[in-house]
Amino acid sequence: MNQELRELYQQVILDHNKSPRNFRKMENATKFAEGYNPLCGDHIDIYLLIEDGMVKDVSFKGEGCAISKASASLMTSTLKGKTVSESEKLFEKFHDLVTGKLGENPDIDELGKLAVFAGVQEFPVRVKCASLAWHTMINALHNKDEKVTTE
Amino acid sequence: MKAEAETVIAVSKNKYNVNKIREDFPILKKKVHDKNLVYLDNAATTQKPTYVIDKVNKYYTTMNANIHRGVHALSQEATEAFEAARIQIKQFINALGKNQIIFTRGTTEAINLVASSYGRANIKEGDEIIISHMEHHSNIVPWQLLCKEKNAKLRVIPVNDNGELIYEEFEKMVNERTKFISIVYVSNSLGTINPIKELISYAHQFNIPVLVDAAQAVNHIRVDVQDLDCDFLAFSGHKIYGPTGIGALYGKVELLESMPPYMGGGDMISKVTFEETTYNELPHKFEAGTPDIAGAIGLGAAIEYVNKVGIENIKEHEHSLLEYATKQIAEVPGLKIIGTAKEKTSVLSFVLENIHPHDIGTFLDFEGVAIRTGHHCTQPLMQRFKIPATSRASFAMYNTKEEVDVLVYGLKKIIEVFG
Repeated sequence: MNQELRELYQQVILDHNKSPRNFRKMENATKFAEGYNPLCGDHIDIYLLIEDGMVKDVSFKGEGCAISKASASLMTSTLKGKTVSESEKLFEKFHDLVTGKLGENPDIDELGKLAVFAGVQEFPVRVKCASLAWHTMINALHNKDEKVTTE
Repeated sequence: MKAEAETVIAVSKNKYNVNKIREDFPILKKKVHDKNLVYLDNAATTQKPTYVIDKVNKYYTTMNANIHRGVHALSQEATEAFEAARIQIKQFINALGKNQIIFTRGTTEAINLVASSYGRANIKEGDEIIISHMEHHSNIVPWQLLCKEKNAKLRVIPVNDNGELIYEEFEKMVNERTKFISIVYVSNSLGTINPIKELISYAHQFNIPVLVDAAQAVNHIRVDVQDLDCDFLAFSGHKIYGPTGIGALYGKVELLESMPPYMGGGDMISKVTFEETTYNELPHKFEAGTPDIAGAIGLGAAIEYVNKVGIENIKEHEHSLLEYATKQIAEVPGLKIIGTAKEKTSVLSFVLENIHPHDIGTFLDFEGVAIRTGHHCTQPLMQRFKIPATSRASFAMYNTKEEVDVLVYGLKKIIEVFG
């Protein structure tokens, strides 16, 4: 496989695409938002259970490409147990990563497993796929009812 | 003429030489990710032969001037070339007169012209407009806007599991409130060829005018407006090997004459005072402003090129490609073809089990293969098949069986990676 392609579709991403974590509807969610990418029809619902400023639980439902599904799956795994403000900071950092703003040697410690999305910056048309779940999560946190679209 | 002499047209009576035709399309030599370009996104737009590129170039290098205005030599030359393109189109679709051919920016603008002009003048509260479930958004939204404004009703002919119109439902749908029908000739997402002639003949029993969206038809099959007896027909230049930003609307004279102008401006008037304006005659009444002159000339050249290759030869070649591709692609495990109509042009839409079209598109791109992935601007049709999107390979006169093999090889590789 081509190198760029291999970096985009890392094993971790393929694995999360095949068996997404936290892929369920959450009945007792305190926050919810719907995300939609009109370009490809991807659709992701994000559920959050926030208690005392902490993400007690987070899950998602929907359909999308491997990048958007793996991104949602890894996001939910990462956010569990984080505070709301930590989650918002992580969104910024993730967004900088996939849009290539972190430069040559990104400080990836903070990103942990999310660093597998570094390959996305070489594929500008796929940035929206990687960030759909994150934008939707932020909207859910801010109680924005209207559908998130990536357009 | 230089361009003409250099153009290699590769068709003798019995032999279609696709390799010779490929030589006419310079972009086909391009490498993508170090692989040979395999361009299978022809339903989105087709590539342009040197013949067309040279004609556009020649216009700008030797005759650029505004048309229908100047008395100087350049303006006259430009006007002649522009009007010659109109005649090419007229002959190509077998219209009676060249005044029935209105240049537009494309199919979308042509449909909007009819919806705005004819529609606003004729559609009233409670009237019904019929479209189908396989329309492109450009043949849905203009009518929706009109229906909203007039409090009229949009009705939709359903589609069966093969992606064919359920014709009986159409006949049942027609009633005394039906005032317009706008229907796609060939589906861009599925390739289905609709029984347009039959549908028009039925509609005319009740004096209902019919617009045919022929954007995906003119480049694949012979389109004859007199034989179809359609009231309007729209198509785009860029889908038939011509430039983007130019297309045409055909209309019956009595309808076009009865319609109010679509846009006001220069060229569409014969006399203007602040009290009153008299409009120019057809087709200029609907052509306000300086048009895409080079584009029109390019479209005329594209039609000339298609005529030289022969639309029947193109149809035959594309059909054999479709048959081959349909057979080969069936070997890909977990693949399902969406759109299995009996009458089809060379469009192959498909879904792969558990692999999203977007991922397929990215992987194939690295094999040099360009296909379209997404909803193809037909979201209601995707909803009908309960899928968010498909991958679509669409073939043109210059594609080969070897290119189909590259597509199938690429798909098999993706399945290996995704497991």
